[in-house]
Amino acid sequence: MIIKTLLSGDLPRSRILSAMLLAVLIGLILAPFVFPGARSLNVAATICVFVVLVASYDLLLGYTGVVSFAHTMFYGIGAYGVGLALNGMGPSWWAVFVGTSGALALSLVLALVIGLFSLRVKAIFYAMITLAVASAFAVLASQLSDFTGGEDGRTFRVPEMLQPGFRLLDTEILGRAIDGKLITYYLVFFSALALFLFMLRIVNSPFGRVLQAIRENDFRAEALGYRTVIYRTLANCLGALIATLAGVLMALWLRYVGPKTMLSFEVMTDILLIVVIGGMGTVYGAVIGSALFILAQNYLQVMMGKASVAMSGIPFLANLFHPDRWLLWLGVLFVLSVYFFPTGIVGRLRARALTRERP
Amino acid sequence: MSEPLLKLKGVHTHIGQYHILQGVDLDVPRTGITVLLGRNGAGKTTTLRTILGLWHASKGIVRYDGKDITQSPTPDIASAGIAYVPESMGIFSDLTVRENLFLAARSVKSVGEMDEKRLEWIFGFFGALKKFWNQPAGTLSGGQKQMVAIARAIVEPRKLLLIDEPTKGLAPAIIQGMIAAFSELKETQPILLVEQNFSFVSALGDTVAVMDGGRIVHSGSMAELAEDTDLQHQLLGLSLDAHQ
Amino acid sequence: MTKILNVAPQDTALPKVRVDMVPLLLVPVLALLMLPLVGSFPTWVTLTVAGLAMGMMVFMMASGLTLIFGLMDVLNFGHGAFVSVGAFTATMVLLPMRSWVEADSVWMNLSVVGMAILLAMVVTGLLGWAFERIIIRPVYGLHLKQILITMGGMIVAEQLIHVIWGAEQIPLPLPTTFRGAFIIGDAALEKYRLIAVVVGLIVFVSMFLVLNRTKVGLLIRAGVENGEMVEALGYRIRTLFVGVFMAGSALAGLGGVMWGLYKETLTATIGAEITVLVFIVIIIGGLGSVGGCFIGAMLVALAANYAGFLAPKVALVSDILLMVTVLLWRPQGLYPVAKR
Repeated sequence: MIIKTLLSGDLPRSRILSAMLLAVLIGLILAPFVFPGARSLNVAATICVFVVLVASYDLLLGYTGVVSFAHTMFYGIGAYGVGLALNGMGPSWWAVFVGTSGALALSLVLALVIGLFSLRVKAIFYAMITLAVASAFAVLASQLSDFTGGEDGRTFRVPEMLQPGFRLLDTEILGRAIDGKLITYYLVFFSALALFLFMLRIVNSPFGRVLQAIRENDFRAEALGYRTVIYRTLANCLGALIATLAGVLMALWLRYVGPKTMLSFEVMTDILLIVVIGGMGTVYGAVIGSALFILAQNYLQVMMGKASVAMSGIPFLANLFHPDRWLLWLGVLFVLSVYFFPTGIVGRLRARALTRERP
Repeated sequence: MSEPLLKLKGVHTHIGQYHILQGVDLDVPRTGITVLLGRNGAGKTTTLRTILGLWHASKGIVRYDGKDITQSPTPDIASAGIAYVPESMGIFSDLTVRENLFLAARSVKSVGEMDEKRLEWIFGFFGALKKFWNQPAGTLSGGQKQMVAIARAIVEPRKLLLIDEPTKGLAPAIIQGMIAAFSELKETQPILLVEQNFSFVSALGDTVAVMDGGRIVHSGSMAELAEDTDLQHQLLGLSLDAHQ
Repeated sequence: MTKILNVAPQDTALPKVRVDMVPLLLVPVLALLMLPLVGSFPTWVTLTVAGLAMGMMVFMMASGLTLIFGLMDVLNFGHGAFVSVGAFTATMVLLPMRSWVEADSVWMNLSVVGMAILLAMVVTGLLGWAFERIIIRPVYGLHLKQILITMGGMIVAEQLIHVIWGAEQIPLPLPTTFRGAFIIGDAALEKYRLIAVVVGLIVFVSMFLVLNRTKVGLLIRAGVENGEMVEALGYRIRTLFVGVFMAGSALAGLGGVMWGLYKETLTATIGAEITVLVFIVIIIGGLGSVGGCFIGAMLVALAANYAGFLAPKVALVSDILLMVTVLLWRPQGLYPVAKR
């Protein structure tokens, strides 16, 4: 019952999916204790942030059918906002607050302007405009080096409680020191969880249903009296704000902001790949997609490296399985999923569960 | 009488979720003008578009000149000798009048090779076209655009013309001219003419079919219908009521 | 034969052909306005030529894209892949025939570059054919899927470039006689930029002639406005579209070779990097309009060059500013294309 309320009545509706989600959830909760080592904790934190980032993108793509390429811009605004504030004002919670609220305000204004400016036109037009704006923003961030640190970005100190040297308890729990890194991880984790549940609530609210109506049929939604532009702009703003918060979390975790990690087009394509492979318009797709994608990014490469070495005699094949070529295979998977299962892994699992119930 | 040039048998057409044609049976003979009457939304335009393959029938058969063209692609149907003047006229407004006609003349490779005699014959009907020959078609008036659209359909000899509401929105003087043009045209090729304007077609048509609710509800000779005011009232008066 | 219908009285004037001149004037006006701001005439000449050269190269890449969009309502977000592939294909001629590239002979240089361009255009044209069949055909009319799938196509293409040509940057030196500059008065005009202008003009003029003087060209223009009517006249618009897609891809390949030689180093993302600029250009021009695309390309490139000289920080966002300005003035771009 509590679970149902928490999930806003939108249950996974597939046993396999539930199991996968549960595995991701438990894995992330226990990550600091079960998977020791800086790298695996980093993987876990990245998954948390990406779940939020991708789900907020899904609000746009999956629930309103709008393709935006400006999502990394909002993500970057969040990261830079908190990063530059901490860098300039010193490591205090006040700086985090100022940076976050400043970033949220900027994102809101930008999302409103872009939305009102271009959401009334065709999806294609919106995609192009956002691409142009986002790339200009990325160029600015990497060129205005006095302010942003340029290509190198900026490192900064986080509030004392989140610093790796901080100890909450003197004793270790389950062989793990309760240090600032651990606190930061749980800050990221629980914020991500809360944001995720919030988005689940949104898409299952009357507002979310209107968005879906708009996606299904523009004209009909307009005829029903919903001003589609207003709803789309609202969804756009909401997605932007949540992406900004994801950026804040990422910056706090990395204690660094830079154009490559926050604003580059690669991050945007990653988001696209995850949301499509995971499942558009499902929110849960963000969880499954992010977990699989980031695990693949970090561990599949190792396996591909081995395959590549094994095939080192054959020049073309060796290149095909070179660890850096993992994106090739994901790209192929992406194209195939757009064709053959546009609802992604989650949609697939749900459809399977449905056919089982009604043989 | 020989086999009709065009024969629709039990044709159903769906557009999206809407079931527009619900079993149309229609014969178009090899001579004269066949008029398709009916109120708005009766399915007249859909019938023309289904014949031309712009929308495909979900059920039933369209036979043209002895061949089943129900599922043929539009370009093949057009190449088999059916010319089409859509309700929207389908003018290429960026192109000149001359280029519009040139594209309609499929067998001609360059603008200069168009059949002068045929063109003069067309200018005989539509003198304005000669005058606006090198103007972008988009700059013409509505009536002149309609002339371009009809000229395009007859720039080369075709076996059948499909014309959708040519008098829509035109001034009475132009309509009078068009009646004269069609009465000469029908001597050389059969025409399937969709109209709502009964006075325009009663003088022109040879056979007539009346549509309502996606079906043909009456067919026969135009002369009969023109004389039988009761029948007119029943078929067309009824549709007038429904129209209001 | 009697004149049955003659609506227009003989004395009425021909309807005014409304040729929209204002956008045509934008390029010279922008250039002339900048002259006093730049101050020195030779510098202005250099900047203008540089801008025109860049504009021509962008036009080559953008023209195919805008035409493809106009004709079939398909926007290929992977268009940049053809630019990259074109540039990389050129290395298959230019690197083995290094001696011809390094020879101090205009004819050897020209012919080796000509061969590279030819090969690049053939390869990208064929790739365009495959791309249309495999990637785009299943998603006609579905904009969302089009955007996603063409993006995916671009990711895969970029990765395949890494697989085939390796992941490192490839240096692509300019042929010997294309280097350096002509000095006219005090103005230095880089030779390669002049070559780019000439090639760009050739492309523009041939496109113009094809679109205005040939049946295929007229059909393409007619198809942009009303594809259904073109079919009703008995032409297969699909065949037309495949042809345009191949030609557009080949032009992107040509642009890629020219752009690659201009930058003198190749990375697989060379196409993706220019894609944003290409999009801005076709938005400014009006989606589907080749003429607008040409003007848009010139405007964007000139503005970037002048701004780079006058206010380097502004140059970072000059394209966006230009786009916003144009869209505020004409929300559909300079030359809106009439649609169905």
